Amino acid sequence: MNHGHQTLALLLFSAFVATTLAITTWVSRNRHGSAEEFYVGGRLFSPMENGFAIAGDYMSAASFLGISGLIALFGYDGMLYSVGFLVAWLVVLFLVAELVRNCGRFTLADVVASRMRERPVRIASGTSSVTVSVLYLVAQMVGAGSLVGLLLGGSSGAAQTWTVIGVGALMVIYVTMGGMRATTWIQIVKAVLLMAGALALTVLVLLRFHGDFNQLLTTAAQRSGHGKDFLAPGLKYGGGWVARLDFISLGLALVLGTAGLPHILSRFYTVPTARAARRSVIWAIGLIGSFYLMTIVLGFGAAALLGSDRVRASNAAGNTAVPLLALDLGGGNGSTGGTVLFAVVAAIAFATILAVVAGITLASSASVAHDLYASLRSRSRRARPYSEVAVARVAAGGIGVVAIALGLLARDLNVAFLVGLAFAVAASANLPVLLYSLFWRSFTTRGAVWSVYGGLLPAVLLVLFSPVVSGSPESLFPGADFQYFPLQNPGLVSIPLGFLAGWLGTVISSEPPDRAKHAETEVRSLTGAGAA
Amino acid sequence: MDKHEGREAAAMRFDDPWYDALASGWGELDGTGTPAHLVPPARDAADRKISAADIYLEVQRSPAFQEVRSRYRRFVVPATLGFLTWYVAYVVAATAAPGLMSRPVAGAVNVAMVAGLGQFLSTFLLTWAYARHARLRRDRAALELRWDTQELTRLSASVPGPPSGLAAGSGEAHR
Repeated sequence: MNHGHQTLALLLFSAFVATTLAITTWVSRNRHGSAEEFYVGGRLFSPMENGFAIAGDYMSAASFLGISGLIALFGYDGMLYSVGFLVAWLVVLFLVAELVRNCGRFTLADVVASRMRERPVRIASGTSSVTVSVLYLVAQMVGAGSLVGLLLGGSSGAAQTWTVIGVGALMVIYVTMGGMRATTWIQIVKAVLLMAGALALTVLVLLRFHGDFNQLLTTAAQRSGHGKDFLAPGLKYGGGWVARLDFISLGLALVLGTAGLPHILSRFYTVPTARAARRSVIWAIGLIGSFYLMTIVLGFGAAALLGSDRVRASNAAGNTAVPLLALDLGGGNGSTGGTVLFAVVAAIAFATILAVVAGITLASSASVAHDLYASLRSRSRRARPYSEVAVARVAAGGIGVVAIALGLLARDLNVAFLVGLAFAVAASANLPVLLYSLFWRSFTTRGAVWSVYGGLLPAVLLVLFSPVVSGSPESLFPGADFQYFPLQNPGLVSIPLGFLAGWLGTVISSEPPDRAKHAETEVRSLTGAGAA
Repeated sequence: MDKHEGREAAAMRFDDPWYDALASGWGELDGTGTPAHLVPPARDAADRKISAADIYLEVQRSPAFQEVRSRYRRFVVPATLGFLTWYVAYVVAATAAPGLMSRPVAGAVNVAMVAGLGQFLSTFLLTWAYARHARLRRDRAALELRWDTQELTRLSASVPGPPSGLAAGSGEAHR
């Protein structure tokens, strides 16, 4: 990476930061400071705007750089991520989006609390939402740090540290000043940039092969050094039964986790009706689907044009495959085209990280203020709306500090793993309680609380006892060995446990289910009567 | 912003003492503003809760709502089972049957590639089918039900009740 790339990339990135800060200032010029404004931007976004924002919230740098890199290194096995990340949206579209829009106001806990005893349920759901958000945030911060490391060439520790701190500070500024309105516009801008960048690279790759996908695959297989195996599953997740179970576990977490991610759920509240929520998910599925199709072309393109060895030489995890591909497509090292394309790709990756962290920070500050603070503060009086927003602003700052600290601590962990973990916790702790509340007539408060903790605790504990934390050379503490659980991803065990705990808590519950509240939830969820 | 107020107002209306208001004869005391104090607030709050619940229970029992619900479920349940089975089968096949997955289909394209792209295709098709089903078979009926439910609650709200300050206050208390 020569100096030209870096300067141009930094310039473009500064332009993005300036633009987003301008958006934030412009948006917050006449804000009212109400909860409705801060958490959900007044609920007045159009389905198309929200669809782009959902796509912007969801397509992280891990997808853009990580999945293409995995495909470039392991061929077909990388593609399995693309499939899981997309299919997950059917769960959201069919079972969650419209009903959540009709039943809740700001957070996931609203949906559950509307038919249960409010306090214990809010505390449980709030805790699990914050846990998921913080895990996901840390993944993005680590990604930002390593991206800068890659761009500045080599292992500049100080640069990584300052990047993590800078990203954290920026996200706190966006969220506290602009709330949901600014966050949404940042995500829309980012989604447009990301789609445009991916599309341009895809077209360039396909032009190189004269539009012949078969030719692209054959060349990729040849240059990967694996031959035909490159196009079939098994290069990364072959091996013993543990690796295979691990992969199935990851697959489950990916497909079920999306519907439990707090920052995705909160996006449905930013449109006026359930119909608008459905149409925004349809927009999002179109955008996300095309994006992941393009990552497949980019991944195989990187393998075909660069060869897997060159990708691996630059970064063992494959994270530099796309920037290197851009350099090659633009005309190679030293050419103007290559320099420009490389810088554009790097800037888009930065933008991606910033937008995603802003979305998660906002969602988790909503969970802290609207669920945890409002429940724990006092039983007699609810927090008044403006003070809740003040708490949310402070919470955004606090979450920023926590994320920076954890991001610095965890900076050597694999980004894709952290994302998979956040998805597993979301699928274990958030999805069961959400589905039970929406669809199960006899669900009770005890069932709801058990279902959250019954998914959250196993997920977190199994990770603590997994090879990720100890017992292998790549783990967080390579010296110690308290590894009792063989899989890296807990989803296969903890997701069924979450559902089981919810069922068990309900059947042994001493209080009968509240039929009237269930009627209210059901009628509201399907018709939108009385929706916020 | 007015959405927000709408919600507050709606929440308030749900809690209005529809049945008891008539029984205690508030209907005749229209506009005087005094009847609020005839009923102690504690009992008032309990009664309102029941009446709001009754509206929803009634709507839930209505054939129109049952029809909307069964249309939704008749599409969503089989579709969800279908795509989850198809996805899990795909993931398991990728890990357990690499031989099958690497069988060539046309040129460099093998079964695994076709299955993966098939997942994309099935996702797009199901999205389209769901959107169409919801638009043609559910949206209108759901909108009418929403209207009717809100009309019921509005009617109960139009019966003169206690001053709005009290209603909002006790509404907050048991929320």
